[in-house]
Amino acid sequence: MDAILENLPLYWEGLLRTLFLSTVSGVIALVLGTLLAAARVSPVAALRGFSMTYVEVLRNTPLTIAFFFAAIVLPRLGVTFEQFEVAAIIALSAYTAAFIAEAVRSGVNSVPVGQAEAARSIGMKFSQVLSLIILPQALRTVIPPLINILIALVKNSSVAGAFFVLELFGYGRQLANTYGDQVLAVLLGVAFFYLLLTVPLGILASTVEKKVAISR
Amino acid sequence: MSSVLYDVPGPKARRVSLIGSIVGSLLILGLLALIITTLAQQGIFEGRRWAIFTRADVWMLLGNGIGATLSAAAIAAIIAFPLGLMLCLLRISDAAAVRIPTRVVLEFLRGMPVVLMMFFVLLVFGTNPFIAVVSGLVLYNAAVFSEIIRAGIQSLPKGQREAGLTIGLTSFQSRMLIELPQAVRRMMPSLVAQLVVLLKDTSLGYIVAYGELLRAVQVMADFLGTAFLFPIFFVAAAIYIAINICVSRIAVWIEHRGTKKAAGGVAKAEPEPIEAAVP
Repeated sequence: MDAILENLPLYWEGLLRTLFLSTVSGVIALVLGTLLAAARVSPVAALRGFSMTYVEVLRNTPLTIAFFFAAIVLPRLGVTFEQFEVAAIIALSAYTAAFIAEAVRSGVNSVPVGQAEAARSIGMKFSQVLSLIILPQALRTVIPPLINILIALVKNSSVAGAFFVLELFGYGRQLANTYGDQVLAVLLGVAFFYLLLTVPLGILASTVEKKVAISR
Repeated sequence: MSSVLYDVPGPKARRVSLIGSIVGSLLILGLLALIITTLAQQGIFEGRRWAIFTRADVWMLLGNGIGATLSAAAIAAIIAFPLGLMLCLLRISDAAAVRIPTRVVLEFLRGMPVVLMMFFVLLVFGTNPFIAVVSGLVLYNAAVFSEIIRAGIQSLPKGQREAGLTIGLTSFQSRMLIELPQAVRRMMPSLVAQLVVLLKDTSLGYIVAYGELLRAVQVMADFLGTAFLFPIFFVAAAIYIAINICVSRIAVWIEHRGTKKAAGGVAKAEPEPIEAAVP
């Protein structure tokens, strides 16, 4: 227990770094993923092909490989970073974007075609169909899976700790080395701080899911 | 092909999208060319860097890495699935004294990073890396399998259980004989998709010093010199991605087979519950 209490500031610092990594990568991944999803449903075949390839490859790439690439291979190719955190953010957002793209696309596809047909047949423009009919329905189905992806992102950011970034897991590793006799307590402390982030998000996801459920 | 967003394109729209395709392709090709020339400037494409793949020992090391990756994944999956079934039965038990603690344990397991669990087993129990990797994967994936199967059971019509109880089956018999088989079948695509996640997560073994594929890359790069890092990494990543895409394809195939059967007349009213595998 002493190890945790003495190092509470370190845990706190780790928690903030984890939050920072997840938030920055999350925002980048949301933007990138939405663009990829838009490309995937666009009428332009080249964009569809590009988006499909990106999503298929990144979804099947282990996160550790993405990290290895960003943190170890890229610098050898002449792309150097001031801080390892930049590499971590690149790996996390490139990886997460693929999952977000899939979720957003499936949301758009889950809207029955008749909805858009009906909207067009009463004379709505493309922008109206999209903003008034399709998106509101698509977003409702997509928000819970998106929250689940963000939960996974928080947990995935722990891999950064293994690639020289000091966040929750990174500090945990350090502390476990220093306090060899209290490893159990140290790591349970790390687990507790992760749960502090992931459990509320999980509850949020299931609440939103119940709130926005559409009966079709 | 009709999409939600636009009608089947006419001649004018087709021309516009053809032009868009060409411009888009040129942009993408330009980007690729830029990447390739940058790589070439770093001397990545020199023959000697790729000549190592003619050596048998390089392939043997890569093969060992693949073997270690696949065996950890296979053993973890074989243990995690029955454990997940069991946890699911406890999670939906009629007795609150069983249900609630199970739920707490499951939330705990699902809310933690897998690498933390591997690290925990490695340090607290002082096991070898292989056991640490397998235990981490088993703990996490059993919890996820359990939740997937639970979603499957909850998606069944209520009458299934009621009918079972009515003909005199006990609660446990109804679960085992009527509900679980249907739930597992129904959730097969999600379960296979989760296998991809499990397989991908074996690469976390790199962090706890398990000799899997990525570790083999690191060892070889250290041994042969960093000049060879890129070729070896490239080949290893391609192998990983190829294996995972194969497993993903199996998931898609199972899904299609399921819907085809349903279309062929087997009663199936509501659509499949969408349970996307989470990264």
